Amino acid sequence: MIRQLTLNESDNMSADTKQNTITIDGQEIPFLAGQTIMDAALAAGVYIPHLCHRQGLTPHGSCKLCVVDIASKNASACTMPAVAGQQISNNTPALNEARTTITQMLFIEGNHICPSCEKCGDCTLQAMAYHLGMLDGHFPQFFQRREVDASHPTVMLDRDRCILCELCVRASREVDGKNVFEIAGRGTNARLIVNSASGKLVDSELETSDLAAHICPVGAILIKESGYKVPIGQRTFDLHKVSEIGLEKIVLTKVRQPDE
Amino acid sequence: MTGLLRSVISRAYAESPNVLHVLYALQRQFLHISDEAVREVASHLELPTSQVDAVIEFYSFFHRIPRGRYDILFSNCTSCGYMAGGVNLMAVLGRQLEIVAGHTRGDGLVSMDQTSCIGMCDHGAALLVNGIPIVSLDVAMITRIAALVEAAMPLEDWPAEWFHVEDNIRVNGLLLKDDLPEDISLRAIFAHGAAGTLSEIIHSGLRGRGGAGFSTGMKWQLCREAQGDAHYIVCNADEGEPGTFKDRVLLHSYADRLFEGMTVCAFAIGAKQGYLYLRGEYRYLLPHLQTVLSRRRELGLLGGDILGQPGFSFDIDIVVGAGAYICGEESALIESLEGKRGIPRVRPPFPVTHGYLGQPTVVNNVETFIAAVHILRRGSAWFKAVGTEKSAGSKILSVSGDCAAPGIYEYPFGVTIRQVLDDCGAKNAQAVQVSGPSGTLINSAEFDRKLGFDDLSTGGSLMIFNQARDLLAVIVNFAHFFAHESCGFCTPCRVGTVLLKNGLDKIAGGHGTRYDLDEMQRIAALVKYRSHCGLGQTAANPILDGLQRFPQAFEQRLVHRDYEPHFDLDAALEEARQVSHRDDTAAHIE
Repeated sequence: MIRQLTLNESDNMSADTKQNTITIDGQEIPFLAGQTIMDAALAAGVYIPHLCHRQGLTPHGSCKLCVVDIASKNASACTMPAVAGQQISNNTPALNEARTTITQMLFIEGNHICPSCEKCGDCTLQAMAYHLGMLDGHFPQFFQRREVDASHPTVMLDRDRCILCELCVRASREVDGKNVFEIAGRGTNARLIVNSASGKLVDSELETSDLAAHICPVGAILIKESGYKVPIGQRTFDLHKVSEIGLEKIVLTKVRQPDE
Repeated sequence: MTGLLRSVISRAYAESPNVLHVLYALQRQFLHISDEAVREVASHLELPTSQVDAVIEFYSFFHRIPRGRYDILFSNCTSCGYMAGGVNLMAVLGRQLEIVAGHTRGDGLVSMDQTSCIGMCDHGAALLVNGIPIVSLDVAMITRIAALVEAAMPLEDWPAEWFHVEDNIRVNGLLLKDDLPEDISLRAIFAHGAAGTLSEIIHSGLRGRGGAGFSTGMKWQLCREAQGDAHYIVCNADEGEPGTFKDRVLLHSYADRLFEGMTVCAFAIGAKQGYLYLRGEYRYLLPHLQTVLSRRRELGLLGGDILGQPGFSFDIDIVVGAGAYICGEESALIESLEGKRGIPRVRPPFPVTHGYLGQPTVVNNVETFIAAVHILRRGSAWFKAVGTEKSAGSKILSVSGDCAAPGIYEYPFGVTIRQVLDDCGAKNAQAVQVSGPSGTLINSAEFDRKLGFDDLSTGGSLMIFNQARDLLAVIVNFAHFFAHESCGFCTPCRVGTVLLKNGLDKIAGGHGTRYDLDEMQRIAALVKYRSHCGLGQTAANPILDGLQRFPQAFEQRLVHRDYEPHFDLDAALEEARQVSHRDDTAAHIE
């Protein structure tokens, strides 16, 4: 049983509070005070691509996949508060081109080995690439040397595939009530580190039931001894589109749908 | 060892609880911060070990591997960098001391590296040895430095004149003349009251001197009106923009005015505590600044009931950075002030409502606070009468590069670039970088443009490049700077600045094609428009300006082939040649 996110009430939009609206790609969308553009969009079933955002965790605004244009200015939908009357462009060729380039940047910065990665088919980065029609990494690979930490009995950490979204950092602090992960370093030397005297996962407080052990959108944090239980072809994104709303729970637990 | 570690930590912590200061004390004492030290700091300050680790790795002046007893850092700025008259001074010192940049010599005597601009641009090539600047370097001095290091001569016995940093004030204006009696502005604010003080600042039209130009009066008012347990004032003295050194001079010779200005602001917004965030490169100014603060406390100008005004209490602490340009961004600065990595916060909320410790905070530039003092002394009308309609008052410029008289120039806003070039004796200028690498690169056809928020906005740096300069080399230098200083938080800046750096290196190395230029344009636009903070949003400016105004600087280096590999094939074989001990013709690719 994985520790669960508790979503705040504002995620459930009720019909009688629709006095305030924003407009996304011409579609009028209601919002409640305190909601971000992303909150409002997801509640209304409008997909804005994102990697570092997960409802229930503090918005981060780092991956920049959710960039939208508000009039002539641009903003991260996950951190920008919704303000009545905002005219927002989201699903446009120019924004999707920027998103494709950003996704390519994430691919070439790390060492992503999709065909042999256990996360293949359950990976949100990979799904995003398909969603955006990305055909290659385009840029020269950085080939950075990054450390693997296989010390923990049930969880492994392969920094080669980390995209620095900090979902694990936030999940550990905000849901698990621990503080297992942190980002160290600067620029492209930034890397995920572990809060323990030895710096190793085995000496940290991480447990298999922690949300932080499961929330990784890529193959950087993997649960040991569960590899390939679900065959390729029947994985989350073999059956679902990344743009489907409310997919988080399926991605997180790899729960199959009854008809699968 | 543990005992010594603990005593260094507890002594530093007692002096100042900021983790940056504790880490500095450890770095200084042990020349690095060991695993054990990390654990001890974490336990003493009750922080997660990962946070201590993360902070150490974020700031350039903290090291996990021991540095030398002489730790030498050459500036790599285009104005005060190690390339002096075509000679690579760092390479010269490296040869003489048999040391490679980025490493510590085997005997632990010396380490050497390069660092971002250290703000000595009016003095030519400069370095920091154990944090203390040596300026106006040449080959002869480098040779003497090498000998002094080899002889393990204490720094106190090195030639004193090497450490002498001049103010080099060339043109005085509103602020630098400073011919009024001490602290008259404090008497003025008591007469005005807080609301009247605020009103004077608002009516003066003063805008932030860091470059962004937000209305100072409005910022103070928003902060004053914001609800909080406490209000804070932060002076941004993290002057990291290459080519900028006016704050160095203001901190050195106008520190009283600065602290007076912070006190004025405290009165206006109701703050009891202020912080001066001093860049690590200016640590050598710390004793002087502490002396000024002590004297002001003795004179009753800081502390409780300032100048006998009941209930008006305010004091200032200094926090010293540790080598991170990003901390000049106000929310990153606040993070650093809180003892964390300098990652810019998500905005909104802005610091005026949620700043230091989540409380309402005014962050202003050194020069802004000093301008506020003069406005209170002479009145807003006096200030507004100078400059232009949208840019009231004067601007203090740091002028460096190819000119006869680099230094500090203060002009009313609206002055043309040409006027400044004439005054500083710049001949044959082909380009001027206005406001540092993050600003605007202009060509000679634009020298009649004016400094001000309505035309060329500036934080105060003017770097001049004459016809003999290789502008592409300048732009390459800036690209390396941004890739090094990117905090790594958001994807476009973290990855994009490296792609831009690599692409420029390829072009400068004679391997670039038209395709590479088009790619640069595309990546530059993405980095500019999609990054999280001002660093990323401006990092591509030199490239975009360069491509627009000096396309020939790029195009003359291009190869005109349809396909050119991303990397140098022959160079890529070097490791294989070394392993196989071959260097014959067949082991090379043409």
